[in-house]
Amino acid sequence: MIAYIIRRILYAIPILIGVNLLTFVLFFLVNSPNDMARFHLGMKRVTPQAIAEWKAEHGYDAPLLYNSAASGVKKLTQTIFFQHSVKLFVFDFGGSDDGRDIGYDIRQRMWPSLAIQLPTFVVGLAVYISVALMMVFFRGTYLDTGGVVLAVVLMSISMLFYVIGGQYLFSKVLRLVPISGYDSGLSAIKFVILPIAIGVISGVGSSVRLYRTFFLEESGKDYVRTARAKGLSEIRVLFRHVLKNAMIPILTGVVVVIPSLFIGSLILESFFGIPGLGSYTIDAIRSQDFGIVHAMVFLGSVLYIVGLILTDISYTLVDPRVRLG
Amino acid sequence: MPFKLVILWTDALIYLLLAVSIAYGIYAARHEHLRAPWRQVRRNPLAMAALVVLAAYIVTGLVDSIHFRMRLDVPRAQARHAIYSPQVLSVLDLLCAPLRTHVEQTYSAPFALYAFTPQMVRRPDGSHVLEYPRLRYAGAALKVPGDRGRDIAVRCLRGAVESLILWVAVAAAVAYWRVRRPGESARAAFGRLIRGETDTPWRAMLASLGAVILSVAAVANLGGAYHILGTDQVGQDVLFEAIKSIRTGLLIGTLTTLVMLPFALAMGVMAGYFGGWVDDLIQYIYATLSSIPSVLLIVAGILSLDLYMANHAAAFDNIAQRQDMRLLSLCVILGVTTWTGLCRLLRGETMKLRNMDYIQAAVALGVRSRRIMTRHIIPNVMHIVLINVVLNFSGLVLAEAVLSYVGVGVDPSMNSWGNMINGARLEMARDPVVWWSLAAAFLFMFTMVLAANLFADAVRDAFDPRMRK
Amino acid sequence: MSAAVTRVPRIAALLGLFIFLLVRPAPLRAQWNDPYPAADGNRNILYAAFMERPKRLDPAQAYSADEYAFISQIYEPPFEYQYLLRPYTLVPLTARALPQPVYLDRHGRRLPADASSGRIAYSVYTIRIRRGIMYQPHPCFARDASGKYLYQSLTRAQLKGVRTISAFRHTGTRELVAADYVYEIKRLASPWIHSPLYSVLSHYIVGFRRFAHTAARLRAALPKVDGKPPYIDLGRIPMAGVKVLGRYTYSITIRGKYPQFLYWMAMPFFAPMPPEADHFFSQPGMARRDLTLNWYPVGTGPYMLTVNDPNREMVLERNPNYHPDFYPRRGEPSDVRLGLLKDAGKRLPFIKRVVFSLEKEGIPYWDKFLQGYYDESAISAESFNQVVHFTPGGEAQLTPSMRAKGMRLVTGVAPSIFYYGFNMLDPVVGGYSQRSRRLRRAISIAIDTQQYISIFRNGRGLPAQGPVPPGIFGYEPGCAGRDPYVYDCVDGRIQRKPIATARRLLAEAGYPDGRDERTGKPLLLYYDTAETGPEAKANMDWMRKQFRKLNIQLVVRATDYNRFQAKMRRGEEQIFAWGWSADYPDPENFLFLLYGPNSEVGGNGENAANYNNPEFNRLFNRMRNMENTPAREAIIRRMVGMVQRDAPWVWGFNPMEFRLHQAWVFNVKPNYMANNDLKYLRIDPALRAADQKAWNRPVIWPLWVILGLLVVMVLPAVFVYRQKERRSAL
Repeated sequence: MIAYIIRRILYAIPILIGVNLLTFVLFFLVNSPNDMARFHLGMKRVTPQAIAEWKAEHGYDAPLLYNSAASGVKKLTQTIFFQHSVKLFVFDFGGSDDGRDIGYDIRQRMWPSLAIQLPTFVVGLAVYISVALMMVFFRGTYLDTGGVVLAVVLMSISMLFYVIGGQYLFSKVLRLVPISGYDSGLSAIKFVILPIAIGVISGVGSSVRLYRTFFLEESGKDYVRTARAKGLSEIRVLFRHVLKNAMIPILTGVVVVIPSLFIGSLILESFFGIPGLGSYTIDAIRSQDFGIVHAMVFLGSVLYIVGLILTDISYTLVDPRVRLG
Repeated sequence: MPFKLVILWTDALIYLLLAVSIAYGIYAARHEHLRAPWRQVRRNPLAMAALVVLAAYIVTGLVDSIHFRMRLDVPRAQARHAIYSPQVLSVLDLLCAPLRTHVEQTYSAPFALYAFTPQMVRRPDGSHVLEYPRLRYAGAALKVPGDRGRDIAVRCLRGAVESLILWVAVAAAVAYWRVRRPGESARAAFGRLIRGETDTPWRAMLASLGAVILSVAAVANLGGAYHILGTDQVGQDVLFEAIKSIRTGLLIGTLTTLVMLPFALAMGVMAGYFGGWVDDLIQYIYATLSSIPSVLLIVAGILSLDLYMANHAAAFDNIAQRQDMRLLSLCVILGVTTWTGLCRLLRGETMKLRNMDYIQAAVALGVRSRRIMTRHIIPNVMHIVLINVVLNFSGLVLAEAVLSYVGVGVDPSMNSWGNMINGARLEMARDPVVWWSLAAAFLFMFTMVLAANLFADAVRDAFDPRMRK
Repeated sequence: MSAAVTRVPRIAALLGLFIFLLVRPAPLRAQWNDPYPAADGNRNILYAAFMERPKRLDPAQAYSADEYAFISQIYEPPFEYQYLLRPYTLVPLTARALPQPVYLDRHGRRLPADASSGRIAYSVYTIRIRRGIMYQPHPCFARDASGKYLYQSLTRAQLKGVRTISAFRHTGTRELVAADYVYEIKRLASPWIHSPLYSVLSHYIVGFRRFAHTAARLRAALPKVDGKPPYIDLGRIPMAGVKVLGRYTYSITIRGKYPQFLYWMAMPFFAPMPPEADHFFSQPGMARRDLTLNWYPVGTGPYMLTVNDPNREMVLERNPNYHPDFYPRRGEPSDVRLGLLKDAGKRLPFIKRVVFSLEKEGIPYWDKFLQGYYDESAISAESFNQVVHFTPGGEAQLTPSMRAKGMRLVTGVAPSIFYYGFNMLDPVVGGYSQRSRRLRRAISIAIDTQQYISIFRNGRGLPAQGPVPPGIFGYEPGCAGRDPYVYDCVDGRIQRKPIATARRLLAEAGYPDGRDERTGKPLLLYYDTAETGPEAKANMDWMRKQFRKLNIQLVVRATDYNRFQAKMRRGEEQIFAWGWSADYPDPENFLFLLYGPNSEVGGNGENAANYNNPEFNRLFNRMRNMENTPAREAIIRRMVGMVQRDAPWVWGFNPMEFRLHQAWVFNVKPNYMANNDLKYLRIDPALRAADQKAWNRPVIWPLWVILGLLVVMVLPAVFVYRQKERRSAL
């Protein structure tokens, strides 16, 4: 098990290098260090000297990938790519282009993101599973059919409509929650309750349908039929056997996203003015801050890979037959 | 010729897609293992009703994909070459000419005769009054504004009668040619059709066809005389914008998978077939790609395209081309972020096929790998591609809206539901609220996505053996 | 079955609790939607918003409105604009009086005050500042009992875990001295600071460039600390033109005569910078912890920055050491009527704390303003009709619903201009031939600015007639000042020429009916823009509509801001939209936008249209140094006439600003030059608390409806369930 995890982590390194290189190439395809300097120095009255100085100060004065002026190994190390990427592997994110410490910002902005994502995830999972279970319980009746149709209808509505409609109704017309903003600690509740509700509702359609098929598949199996034949009540069958066994595909599908909860939701955070990592990334893209974009992509990839490893581990935990070797 | 055909990149691709679909249809019809699941889809009333709606959207999109430039009359004899207008139009633009050309000053509500916002008007005596100006086109034929209600009723009635006639004609034709068994009277066949006692659910299809015909008739009768869904900030008809957005939605939904298909197919099949280091390499590529947050990938892609267009300005000297390039590249980039899933599926399926006896036999006989892959493997994994297209379709249409919100969607001057929703965000803050753009985008998008989802469900049920009961 | 039954009561209890939490009785919280801590409800706090997070708060670098909103309250240059008087008038702030420049000739001999500008080689400004002005409390001044600085030689251990400035417990203060002003001017000259004013000042201040070279050389020679150049005491490097003459006196020598120099000195660039602060923040390890002058200003102003979280909120707190400063006693006649002089002579500032919240989107900002959670707001185009309507006389007035809320409207024409420029280097629209001039004039007529203002800005703007906006010397109102090539004068009113005139001009330019008369090809023009966002599409559609009137197809080339900038620098654009907002109230600051040597292409300047007319350039050089005399006005008229004839810009519009403020905010008067306006504002917190409460009663019944609906949905489930149980029991 330990050996397996170590091997997986070693596998992850070339992937991360690839991610790094790709982000780097993509970013500098569209941005030159000159553009960045100009952008950060403001729009009025910028001199060429100021641009050169800025580049030197932020380490953008070397060649991008290959330094033909240097000698030996330095041909590769004295480049923007090397200088800006290597530190990421020890999670030293360095400074953003406007001089802020990225690591600190990420640590600060992680919590608001989590404050939305974690409840959305937990409440969502509970709601989806119970609704799906109910639909399976009532399978064959008009409740089930109605539920399926409703799920299709709900998943055909763009997330943007939920957000625009929800904000309009609950914040503006009914005045139940603040329109936007954030606060730390418990007073954050009034700010996050609407985004969480919207997050849960916008996912209802697809998840419920998916889980319903898992449950249906499971409840058609022989051992369930046997249990039913033994005279167990339907509710017991559902909870004892169907839910327990269907949790395997549900869990493994879900574990992958857990680490990524840190990254936050792009749309919800920017609509509701929540200072999380999602809006951090969007702002960085809009202001072309390479340091932040690079760091966020790296973080996103790491979390995704961690999610994959966790998935494998969770397989062994929920299903003892699977052994990792 | 009075016009010159213009084939945009996306037009070409959509024709290609059409051709591929037809070819696949012919291929599938000849192979029983493919025909069976389709037969199952055909028996599903909900799916077939959805298909009719979807077909209406597709026809609209196809009509909107035939582009041309009108020839200009030459002022003097000296011009030897014919000169064409720089404006690229589509057949749909011609069909909807009244909707396209009836442009008011600014906002007006659905069926309104007066502008939505008051304007300062100068009276002949020099004083100023604030009033709601009369719209230029809406209800232009009315003698008195009070006649509006009756006029609308008359037009509606006319539309209803026209569509009833058309619908009955279609129903009768279906009953006579498709439903009637040899020796059965047309009347009896029609009765069976109405009672829903047919193998193919003609009743459901005709019902949804009726709804489609009714909507078209309503637009045809009312669209020229009123703004059915109001006008936007610069006075363009919202209904027309929503209709023009259909093509964008369709293209994003289908071309995205199509443009990356060669890569996904080649890589997935090669990884599954060869295994070993080829498999490792391909897995490495898609693991890397799929670990990058897709939004960033899309942003970078769109920005590089802007750079390219800025550097090659001469090649993109017309709006249609610019919009087209942006749309196409959005499809490509969205494709890059979604192809890894397809690639993984294809790899798995190929590995399964590779262990089949007939492939093993072919390998033992020394058949070249390329031949095995093209002749035996690819035809047998095509249904995965198809299911993938159908299942991804609605998600991609929805994604377009979100990307436009983030600012990396289709060209901002292009008609798309995402752009409409994006603009409507500000309109929702108006007081009184301007709701019709959002409502129009919602209505058109929701109908298409719902139909696509219903159809996709049936297709998955038919093809996914796990679900077959 | 039994398990399910026992579970039911617990679930019911949980559900009950949940509903209770959701529908907590109103007395617990008056307003559910209050975005601020409830305890602050009744305090003397002003609530404002910032849309974009400020990037630099260092006065040597900051140059945008977002940044000035903060630092103008903190840093005090020697002069300020009088709050109420118009035209804008400079008055001393920390200085004792406005200095009269002493003119010298080439040999340093003193010239009389009325000497002709040709003879003046240098002007010397001597500034005396007031005594007894103290800095805000700050750790950089903190000393221990023996008088040694506490935090000027920080060790690594002392910095451990430190993330904000509040981690340093002790603070101190010091009296403001003239050397601090000189220190800041030297910072402007330091190449590593990248001050945007560097190139402007290097033309004027004597010894500025030499100082830059010396300082850079000396700094490079110092041994690096942690791989970075260490602190260098700028006070010890001399600058020929800037001298400390005494504890409270300093002088600046500039080349030639440049009366606008005083305006520059009213900007935060010329605020004092204590060397202690510079040294404090230059210590190793500080920058890595985000402890820099860019984030923590140190000033003498009425407010100091106490919370700096640009991701969420910034808080300004009253500076306890603020020097005596009083509300102005003089104003315009109308100010008395508006109640703006009620506080005359009272000690400033009035408000104790100012909370700025980050509000990136306009809609939530506006909605919160309507709910009473912001004290002031601009009016977006979307909400305009809800707020303002015009009286039959054409005057803007609040709607009854807004007046019922007690809101007040403040309007003014900002000294700025939005325009559409033609790239004069472009082969089609550029050039100085009669043909291209006619084409540009035709387009100028076709682009209906009036309609733009009415559709997109609800009439908030004046169609511009030339580069000089209203409120600036040289602006000519009425028919006399109109652009005679675009507008007619009908009954004493300015009226756009009919589109037929534009079509005729287009035909004369060689494009009858929008087609090139030589080739017959349709004319295709390009519009370059960096606009994105929800409004972009409508704007572009409108532009295309304008050109369609002439049968010209307009291709919109939209790119991101960087690409657009690059295009402009290389002169690859054709038609573009641009704007300028005054640095200071002088026509020179607008006419230089068309001054040839200031071209964007080649000159790297602000002349984005690359207009270059030798006669215009000559007149500009004559006009720039003049006082505001009739002779200067005559020259400006000639220059404006020239660019009206050449039409390098479509004159766009001068925006009219409409701002709303709540009934509990007093002393609001728009001042587009002064940014340090917070100290004049006063609020009535009790009124605010009452209004907020009245405006924000939550509507709860829909929650019950939703709950009822859920129950209705569950009922059939219960019914089916019981049916099923009965069936299985059989």
